[in-house]
Amino acid sequence: MSFLDVLAIIIPAALYTAAPLIYTALGGVFSERSGVVNIGLEGLMLFGAFTGVVTTLTIQDSMGAASPWIAILVAAVGAGIFSLLHAVASITLRADQTVSGVAINFLAAGLSLFLIKKMYGKGQTDFVDFRINKSDVPGLSDIPVIGDIFFSRIPYTSYLAILAAIVVWYIIYKTPFGLRLRSVGEHPMAADTMGINVTRMRYIGVVLSGVFAGIGGSIYALSISGNFTGGTISGQGFLALAAMIFGKWHPLGAMGAALFFGFAQSLSITGAQIPFLKDIPSVYLIIAPYVLTILALTGFVGRADAPKASGIPYVKGKR
Amino acid sequence: MMQNIWKNERLFNVLVPVISAVLGMLAGAIIMVLGNYDPVVGFEALFNGMFGSPKAIGETIRAASPLILSGLAVGFAFKTGLFNIGVEGQLLVGWLASVWVGYAFDLPGVLHVIVSILAAAIAGGFWGMIPGYLKAKFKVHEVIVTIMLNYVALYVTADLIKRYLYAGNEKSYRIKETASLSSSFLSEITEGSRLHWGIAVAIIAAIIMWFILEKTAMGYELKSVGYNQHASMYAGMNVSKNVVLSMTISGAFAGIAGAMEGLGTFQNMTVLSSFTGTGFDGIAVALLGANNAFGIILSSLLFGGLNTAAPQMNFDANVPSELIKIIISLIIFFVASGYIIRVIAERFSKEGK
Repeated sequence: MSFLDVLAIIIPAALYTAAPLIYTALGGVFSERSGVVNIGLEGLMLFGAFTGVVTTLTIQDSMGAASPWIAILVAAVGAGIFSLLHAVASITLRADQTVSGVAINFLAAGLSLFLIKKMYGKGQTDFVDFRINKSDVPGLSDIPVIGDIFFSRIPYTSYLAILAAIVVWYIIYKTPFGLRLRSVGEHPMAADTMGINVTRMRYIGVVLSGVFAGIGGSIYALSISGNFTGGTISGQGFLALAAMIFGKWHPLGAMGAALFFGFAQSLSITGAQIPFLKDIPSVYLIIAPYVLTILALTGFVGRADAPKASGIPYVKGKR
Repeated sequence: MMQNIWKNERLFNVLVPVISAVLGMLAGAIIMVLGNYDPVVGFEALFNGMFGSPKAIGETIRAASPLILSGLAVGFAFKTGLFNIGVEGQLLVGWLASVWVGYAFDLPGVLHVIVSILAAAIAGGFWGMIPGYLKAKFKVHEVIVTIMLNYVALYVTADLIKRYLYAGNEKSYRIKETASLSSSFLSEITEGSRLHWGIAVAIIAAIIMWFILEKTAMGYELKSVGYNQHASMYAGMNVSKNVVLSMTISGAFAGIAGAMEGLGTFQNMTVLSSFTGTGFDGIAVALLGANNAFGIILSSLLFGGLNTAAPQMNFDANVPSELIKIIISLIIFFVASGYIIRVIAERFSKEGK
């Protein structure tokens, strides 16, 4: 097996597994940049997966192959609304943001399975008829070498994820909105003095994190798992959180980290096909993202610092 | 004047959890109505499943034992101003350590149990010490590190069982009789429940937590660091040392929670592919129990009971057992947003003067 053959296995697999992580990590960037810690990404992703699968199952008879794409949009809206709970608790009611995030994770897990049982009378949904399939990009996949590595057997959602990361980078670093969002997360009092509505910006940040996590979760369910069970989302949200931190709260960094984690995850699955990786026990590859994140935080892999006001409720007039 | 405020403060600390629990149950009832289930039958089944028979009581107490310890772990760290979200992982390494010692060592009866529990405490303590050390040394937030370590623990324990302790069928070898916490006496008086001596261990641990925090200089320092790091530092306390210490003790409690499963309920360890949930439930338990040892025991009985009664509710009233998870999550929201209850109450008391 040549090196290029190996790449042609690894890179499409990495792009495939990384897409849900990229979206969710971008959501995390929005929330944390506005100064609200979002441990609830896991639950928001789960709620997105649930909404995505249920929507697809409901409309697939009438909408056909377009239904998973519509379902992703519905999931984005659904998870965005769901994230309002976290926003109200942690911004308006000044609840501990970590605790509120934990509650979001609990609630999403309980509520989605409760509804699934209520709607379908069993603990899991059927498989959807129309998935977001891996496909070859017309034209580009015919390019020798590159086509096989970058443009074959990859769902379109993966390219869109990379595009989304670039768009989010532009929004956060190049627009007035992004500047306001960041200022609210770094020094809310200064931002308030300059006339920025801190509460409003933080609500937007949290809801955007819900929207993106909803997209990520539904893409996971509709491209990778194909149905929804209690175990569909088990840790991907936390992995995305890790990617956001490993990427130093930067959209492109988060994307890079998510790609790398997707790569590590896909290696633990595809590794058996690849000669020199066969002998490494898969557990090392599976835990690699988590260990690397810890190392990144301790400064061994470049220092990662959170936005300064992240995790602290803003109380007007309090010094 | 001072007396009055202190009294109010105490009252709030009791009132907020009680109101939250009641609101949570109420929300559960509303959800049952909205879902076209009969809330009366549902709550009757829940109550019967929790306390309706000696066996139900036995199972409630059994389920509460690891919850108490996991709640103590979260609560202990909270008192030092730390959020140990990694109880789940510490529980897993403790579980594995207790099963390993229980299986591989030959020791006489009671001693074997004690050594196995200590092994769990040491393993959990070590797993808790890592984020404590990283926080003290590198100022890394413990929440992120403990989440990451949960996953490391999940996959590493599964891998270790597969490699060294595998008895087939996704399970480890069983522990020896001498290391077991199970008791035919307790099982008989509760008419066949799986109740084991773990509850005694859990209550002893609760007393230890209360003693450390309320009666020792070490506990005073830990709480002081939790209230105000800077003031503690100026008073000559070693903040870093206290952070590491708090996380280690917290992890040790969590590790013992794992021993409850390994030496008590299951007598072995399963190759897990997802978390037990006990560690995360511990967060709810500690919050509802206001991080107080006695409160944690009470809230563990409530949550342990709700969890064991869920199948009964499903059977009698056809309500999906996930309703319990919804109720627990809403209780967390209410307790966490207790600020608003506090503000309303303070408004009232000010106007009264």
